[in-house]
Amino acid sequence: MTTVSASPIVHAAPPSGIVRLLQLLPWLVVAGLPLALPGYEPLATQVFVMILFALSLDLLVGYAGIVTLGHAGLFGVGGYTAGILSVHGVTDPIVTAICGMILAAVTGLVFGVAMLRTKGLTLLMLTMASAFLLYEIANKATALTGGEDGLQGVSFTALLGLFAFDFRGKTAFFYSLAALFLVFTFVRALINSPFGWSLRGIRENDARMAAVGCPIMQRRVTVYVIASALAGLAGALQTQTTQFVALYSLSFELSGNILIMLILGGSGRLYGAFVGVPVFMLAQDLLAKQDPANWFLGQGIILIAMVMLAPGGILGIAERAVNAIKTRSGR
Amino acid sequence: MTTIITILFFGIAYGMILYLISVGLSVTMGLMGFVNLAHGVFAMLGGYATVTSMNRFGVPFLPALAIGCVLVAALGFVLERTLYRHLYGRSELDQVLFSFGLILVSVAMVRIAWGPLAQPIQLPDYLKGQVKILDITLPAYRLALVGFGAVVIAGLWFVFDRTLFGARIRAAVDNRAMAQSIGINTSRLFAAAFGLGTGLAALGGGLGADVLAIAPAYPLQYLVYFLIVVAVGGLGDIKGPFVAALAIGLADTACRYFLPAAGSIFIFAFVFVVLIWRPNGIMERR
Repeated sequence: MTTVSASPIVHAAPPSGIVRLLQLLPWLVVAGLPLALPGYEPLATQVFVMILFALSLDLLVGYAGIVTLGHAGLFGVGGYTAGILSVHGVTDPIVTAICGMILAAVTGLVFGVAMLRTKGLTLLMLTMASAFLLYEIANKATALTGGEDGLQGVSFTALLGLFAFDFRGKTAFFYSLAALFLVFTFVRALINSPFGWSLRGIRENDARMAAVGCPIMQRRVTVYVIASALAGLAGALQTQTTQFVALYSLSFELSGNILIMLILGGSGRLYGAFVGVPVFMLAQDLLAKQDPANWFLGQGIILIAMVMLAPGGILGIAERAVNAIKTRSGR
Repeated sequence: MTTIITILFFGIAYGMILYLISVGLSVTMGLMGFVNLAHGVFAMLGGYATVTSMNRFGVPFLPALAIGCVLVAALGFVLERTLYRHLYGRSELDQVLFSFGLILVSVAMVRIAWGPLAQPIQLPDYLKGQVKILDITLPAYRLALVGFGAVVIAGLWFVFDRTLFGARIRAAVDNRAMAQSIGINTSRLFAAAFGLGTGLAALGGGLGADVLAIAPAYPLQYLVYFLIVVAVGGLGDIKGPFVAALAIGLADTACRYFLPAAGSIFIFAFVFVVLIWRPNGIMERR
């Protein structure tokens, strides 16, 4: 009856200098993509933003064991904050992104304090209700948000006063890639800190963690606020790089999609978001074009099959394959 | 005065539908601790079965409801035996993902079979008109809905409180290990309770086809309402959800009438307030 633990509880030795440099390699390769594949910058930007968003969800679902069906609510708060500020004359990308993060964090704090005392079905329902609440507010406050038509007339000034957002999407590409890199570095440090380990402890057994003196509620609210801020950043980036924000960014559909993207890659593994998001977006592009029914069917079957046969997503499958090869060659 | 009675009446009809659909979820949550987001799927399938047997095969309303109820209860029983039972010991995340996957599959299949549009129910003539009671005209369909719902709910409560089957369920909700050790076959009990719950959901879906429109998005669109009823009413109970469903039905109807500009903002805010006040539901035993 043991469940597959999302991340193995082992302390890895701190990486040496060479390993650290090697870890930068994939980032440099991706940064060189516009040279190899010109014209794909806008698509790549969308992928980066979604990976950032999925990474923030991984903190909750993968590490803290807080399953949420309303994470888009916080993404949308960040997105609408940046959009509304821009329409009202605050057009610096960095400033509006930080405002989006702050507002999303405050929203996360208010909801988190109310929700995180509950567990299980009640918590799931409240996360959904929190996003519906925000959606309804944005839907009805048409004067501020544009309602169902989305917010029109969003534009931002040059990044750092130097790089204007161009039609080719080069600035947006490097801007979102840099943001993703910073967030990834931060999340990696966070999950390897004592705070990160206490989150895993709470996920595995909160009664025991409480018994050894860990302030459960405080930790859960803290991680919820951090994840909210990062989701808000992703939302703000989305608004800035597409110059548009609409109700979809607050919707249950997006909450569900981002959860599926994360699970597809593998939650609680840090790199799951990097695998799941591109695979999901590629599959969506292939399947949803023909008929939305096919796309729903595909997603549903993948989810059921993964739970029944392959917990841990794509990375979980890879992990088991590597382990199998290791044990075989070890003999 | 007339408005208030009309709102009360529509709210009660809506609440009864919500209750019929959600009560099975509360019982299975209490019994197996399984977070079954796909519960609304069974209500939707009940609705489709009812509407199709009426519109296409000319079956009268009540037998059509029975057909939907029996078919879906059988499907629920089979799914419990083949899929659900393997996931009882798994993490909450796995259960959420599995049942969410089930929703997506059902949405796609229903869309392929019936198309993307809502299926309107062709009510029989005796349910189409208006009925006048003490100067207040009420639609006959909703009147029948409330009457029929009350009968089913009374029957359900009788089964739960007065029969051996009900006593076994209550025992297993309170303490599964103890129930098992005094010789209750909990595995079979789970399957029976699951079938009963899905059958009731199908009945609610068919009966309420004119209140909650039968369309492919059904299990996603109303999911949050079913979860609210169970969370506010309390897990494993059958009377708490009744109070919760009526409260939600009344509050939602009243809000839509008096404050259409606010949409469903108040209902969600209200749910937050209730659950901050009582995190385990309104009927929590102290």
